[in-house]
Amino acid sequence: MNLSYSAEYEQFRAEVRRFLAENWSAADAASAPDADSVAAFTGGVRHDARATAFRQKAIERGYLYRHVPRRYGGGEQPPDPLKATITAEEFRRAKAPYEITGQGPSMLVPTLLEHGTEKQKQFFVRDTLLGTIRWCQGYSEPGAGSDLASLRTRAVLEGDHWVVNGQKIWTSNAQDSQWMFALVRTEPEQPKHDGISYLLIEMNTPGVDIRPLRQMTGDADFNEVFFENTRVPAENLVGKRGQGWIVSRSTLKHERALIGGSHLTRRTFDGVVMVAQALERDGQPAIKDPVVRERLVELEARLLASEYQGYRLLTMSARGEEPGLAGMVMKLYSTSLGYDLAKLAMDVVGDRGMLAPGEASAPAMGLFGTAYMWSLGVLIAGGAANIQRNIIAERGLGLPRDARK
Amino acid sequence: MDFGLTEDQVLLKDTIRRWLESECPTTRVRAVMESDTGHDPALWSGLGELGVPGLYVPAAHGGSGLELLDVALAAEELGWACTPGPFLACALATTALVASGDRDAEARWLPAIAHGRAVVTFALGEDGDQWDAARVKTRARGGALHGRKTLVPAANVADAILVAAQDDEGPGLWLVERGAPGVEVTPLSGTDMTRRVAAVALEGAPATKIAAGRTATDRARDAGLVLLAADAYGGARRCLDMTVKYALTREQFGQPIGAFQAVKHQLADLAAELDPSLSLWWYAAHAHDRIPERAERHAALAKAHLTDLYDRTTRMTTELHGGIGFTWEYDLHLWFRRAIFDRAFLGTASYHRRRAADLAGW
Repeated sequence: MNLSYSAEYEQFRAEVRRFLAENWSAADAASAPDADSVAAFTGGVRHDARATAFRQKAIERGYLYRHVPRRYGGGEQPPDPLKATITAEEFRRAKAPYEITGQGPSMLVPTLLEHGTEKQKQFFVRDTLLGTIRWCQGYSEPGAGSDLASLRTRAVLEGDHWVVNGQKIWTSNAQDSQWMFALVRTEPEQPKHDGISYLLIEMNTPGVDIRPLRQMTGDADFNEVFFENTRVPAENLVGKRGQGWIVSRSTLKHERALIGGSHLTRRTFDGVVMVAQALERDGQPAIKDPVVRERLVELEARLLASEYQGYRLLTMSARGEEPGLAGMVMKLYSTSLGYDLAKLAMDVVGDRGMLAPGEASAPAMGLFGTAYMWSLGVLIAGGAANIQRNIIAERGLGLPRDARK
Repeated sequence: MDFGLTEDQVLLKDTIRRWLESECPTTRVRAVMESDTGHDPALWSGLGELGVPGLYVPAAHGGSGLELLDVALAAEELGWACTPGPFLACALATTALVASGDRDAEARWLPAIAHGRAVVTFALGEDGDQWDAARVKTRARGGALHGRKTLVPAANVADAILVAAQDDEGPGLWLVERGAPGVEVTPLSGTDMTRRVAAVALEGAPATKIAAGRTATDRARDAGLVLLAADAYGGARRCLDMTVKYALTREQFGQPIGAFQAVKHQLADLAAELDPSLSLWWYAAHAHDRIPERAERHAALAKAHLTDLYDRTTRMTTELHGGIGFTWEYDLHLWFRRAIFDRAFLGTASYHRRRAADLAGW
């Protein structure tokens, strides 16, 4: 066990710092949203020309998208989780645009690299990595949530086009996306998992109707998407007909990694401590309250465990070991910690926690209330908590699979 | 940057695990548990031959000269097997002796501990939930100790006791030998029968001061907190594994109970809480060895978190077993009892969370 970096890595860190000093000024940093803010998490990363030009340079140096070949617009570097971590740390410190978050780069790109045609990779990957093509995910349907394979949106081949009819739901950012990667039923006579194909649909195609869906926070970050005789070029199928389920598995794997990260939880924790130090209760800072102190420490232990588990997973990955159970539990762990933390934040705020965002007299601009609701949103998104428990029990502990039809 | 075990550490764990599986099955645990002393000299000398008591003892004194992380890996395995005996007592005494820097005491006791020839323990706790070196009431006057220590592990079989007390200069650490006049050891009946505790009354007991100040005592306490966390993790993993096995074989309504989602989800929740907690005590042990400014607080956090989790795990796994889990014959309660020890000894989870909040400057 050694938590310092060897000379080779310290030299690499110095190189990254030099690159950042030369290419991303303090003025740039001051104008940038924090790389791991809630806005970044929900898709609000900088996409302006300045950020894009910077990203291009960083990709050329091999700092971003290390796993993506250069011919498709990536940084193409041999796998080295330590260098990837150092890069992410330094970019965050400099508040420089890092890899674009969201479902395109983190879910679609790995899927295309694994299953796409050469033409698809050439056409989509580069622009997706730079954020000039933005993606939404068309998986869930009103009748197909946790039981995703029961989906019913149909695609019928007519000549050289698929004609799509049906409805998707919970589609985050559909209104801001140019494309959707979707699961559709192409082989209705096959057993349910074998009848699904993975299709790329351009959102401005006639017959695509996006209707915003307000979530409990009052904002509308996701949508319903309706398809009525939407004609999609046959070449937009990824993988083979009827193999969309297998193709999509690699996508979901990446989404869970995306939702499990602990940077946001650390920020929230530090924010709660700051607020507890600033807010007075009975004439003294709320943090002097023994109950608040005990709960903070309890949550900090869980937070530290997840951060150090990150070191452990990183080490396993650097050693080429399979993470197994250690990796499977992280989404459930971080999202339930996030919930407990958001709840503590509400308690620290006290009675004014009932005030809504935008209310001038609300502590922290009322954002804790929104964060409290979002802590529930991420628990459900990308495989609800009970689905995570099934995965842990079945694949991690070896318990029998649920009866499924 | 490497947050993992070395090949030697993996080998150490495997060696101890295999030895305990063959030499310390629960039948033997129960025999020691039901004995008068709770100490099986043959078992202890076997562990001595494996080098377990000498892991932290410097090579110059016949030990392996390893770090607390290595001792904690051993503690995890001993927790896994519910191993009875004076391991924790000797580990506390070893870290206290090494931290004291008293050459005579080290030379006299460390080789004997390393070879399993002597049991030395560490007496910090006093009545009233007192585990703070600067608040203990035991006094040293003219080379003799006066006071009463309680919950002293393995005191009934100890050849020497390191006593946290105070004199006119403040806190310090004293050494008392077995059979000294004015020492009365009264065994206490504990819930955990694998690690015995006793009250130690000191009425003018002759003692040697081996360290001034609270550093040696705090260092030993922090090591103890990490070792309790590691023991808790090992024990909790064992309970989880036993329960998964049981859920795969026990049938009701025509199928293994592990096929029921209620059972699966409870086990998944336990696994999800437990697995990352390993990284917390690893880090706490590493901090004790290498990151001094983080050692004290991390030891407190790890002890509070892991022993709480141990309690929850033993409780839930017993519940998942149903009636059989509540019987004396079934082994689960051995760990249930051990969890109660780990939670209380050296101070409760709440106490250490309060300390952690103070140490953060909140």
